[in-house]
Amino acid sequence: MTMIFGVPLMVFMGQLMLGLINGAFYALLSLGLAVIFGLLKIVNFAHGAMYMLGAFATLLGFQYLGLNYWVALLLVPLVVGGLGMVIERLILRRIAHLDHLYGLLLTFGLALIFEGTLINFFGVSGSSYPTPAALQGGMNLGFMFLPTYRAWVLVAALVVCLGTWFVIERTRLGAYLRAGTENPALMQAFGVNVPQLITLTYGFGVALAAFAGVLAAPLYPVSPTMGSSLLIVVFAVVVIGGMGSILGAVITGLAMGLIEGLTKVYYPEAANTVIFLVMILVLLLRPAGLFGKEA
Amino acid sequence: MSTTALTPAMKLQRRASRRRNALYLVLIVIGLLAPLAIYPVFLMKVLCFALFACAFNLLLGYAGLLSFGHAAFLATGGYFTGIMLASYPGLTPELGILIGTLAAVVLGTFFGVLSIRRQGIYFAMVTLALAQMMFFFFIQAPFTGGEDGLHGVPRGELFGLISLADNLNMYYFVLAVFVIGFAIIQRTVHSPFGQVLKAIRENEPRAVSLGYNVDAYKLVAFVLSAGLAGLAGSTKTVVFQLASLTDAHWHMSGEVILMTLLGGVGTLFGPVVGAGLVVSLQTQLAQSPLGNWVSVILGLIFVVCVLSFRSGIVGEIQKMVRKNFK
Repeated sequence: MTMIFGVPLMVFMGQLMLGLINGAFYALLSLGLAVIFGLLKIVNFAHGAMYMLGAFATLLGFQYLGLNYWVALLLVPLVVGGLGMVIERLILRRIAHLDHLYGLLLTFGLALIFEGTLINFFGVSGSSYPTPAALQGGMNLGFMFLPTYRAWVLVAALVVCLGTWFVIERTRLGAYLRAGTENPALMQAFGVNVPQLITLTYGFGVALAAFAGVLAAPLYPVSPTMGSSLLIVVFAVVVIGGMGSILGAVITGLAMGLIEGLTKVYYPEAANTVIFLVMILVLLLRPAGLFGKEA
Repeated sequence: MSTTALTPAMKLQRRASRRRNALYLVLIVIGLLAPLAIYPVFLMKVLCFALFACAFNLLLGYAGLLSFGHAAFLATGGYFTGIMLASYPGLTPELGILIGTLAAVVLGTFFGVLSIRRQGIYFAMVTLALAQMMFFFFIQAPFTGGEDGLHGVPRGELFGLISLADNLNMYYFVLAVFVIGFAIIQRTVHSPFGQVLKAIRENEPRAVSLGYNVDAYKLVAFVLSAGLAGLAGSTKTVVFQLASLTDAHWHMSGEVILMTLLGGVGTLFGPVVGAGLVVSLQTQLAQSPLGNWVSVILGLIFVVCVLSFRSGIVGEIQKMVRKNFK
């Protein structure tokens, strides 16, 4: 059997694949954070909670309404995104004129409320969601076994990330968004409805998190705390990559997932902390972040 | 400048400081008499968290730096004190606390150097990530007892003379620690150093252009705040004879923010009031049917505070006093 630095090839590739899947989630979540940060200038601490709500909506929709996976994949991001828009409209807008740290604190409070409420109803242990029938099984690629669902997650996440990049960089709506990021007051003067744009942007960022949640439901135990621990890692990813660039967020997310996977192979004790260590290194060598252009 | 022009201002200042000293005296007397009316263990818990919140407030309220990772310092102080006292029976508690505090200072220096390289929201995220790293470290390290934590840390005898096993002795020791910590913060805030911190908070580029080494000021503030948070954690470990992962969890970093916000960011007494309220609330709720809803209720308070109560209780009172008794 082929060995890579003393590790069987199958194990090595398998861990890399797991790392890449984690990376896809980091990419989706940090992308959403970056989109929201661009226009609203707040760090959405409720992002992990929204991811968790996405996974829970999928699970509950299946258990109580019999919604299948594909319906959930379309419907859940819309519903949770709608919830996000309501939150922006009713709450976040009131503090838009304040120091942006207040946005962080407010969304932190929201995250506590969502997480705490669900813990009361469902406990912390988590339940599993069945892999959809069409995506069960896997294929043997010779050098590794690839479960179909994981391949699907990777493809779906990449397509959504690239789609987001395309919309923001190549369409008229995206041009508004970028202009709004640079100078909202001027945009408003040109007759663009900036408040509406902000609501839509927050909804979209939240929908991305919920989409990630739907993808995650068959992979990880669905529990109320699944979002918060992930979000802290995503924060580190965001610090590493900087929130200035869409592709930067995606590349950093995937790369960090891979690094985490590699660490799991060679030094499992550090797998939880390696991304934080990378963050420390980046802070020392390139304080603005890899893709950052911080003011 | 002639000195006569300054006299009225100085007079006012002197009167204010005399009034402040009287207030401190009253509060210390209340502190000394409090255990007659209230269960001392509860009071000690409040004092430990009040010191923790005051330390946090030094950074947020006076330097404008929002740290989302202060739990790391509380836990580091607690764990180091716990380990030292548990493994060296001859060590007196005040030395154990000193060692815990020093450990927090070292960690604070390390975190501070890293995190002040970024500003605003990024600063918050960096501190949160670093604290989470410490959390994982504490889970895996062989000497922290993992998920169970450290139990049965001996309270020992203060200076080898006074037994702290007695709750009342313990209480007066904790009160003394709190008063010392509070005095350090009070002196820092009202010193020229504190004035420069406030200048940095209000307008960093201007402070830079005036020639201040902004990073050095921020770092000193950060280390001071981390050390005092460690002192709070160390003392708490001696009181409850226990150091656990709860102290290192990000919920704890959130709780100290809430205490400060609720009481009043940038006021000296705000964090004390906030800590008292949050700890009382938690204690009350834990015994009520709403016990499971603590984190939801804390979240709601967060939202309400940010939406409509940003100066906090002490801040609002100060505003009212200023408006009505000018």
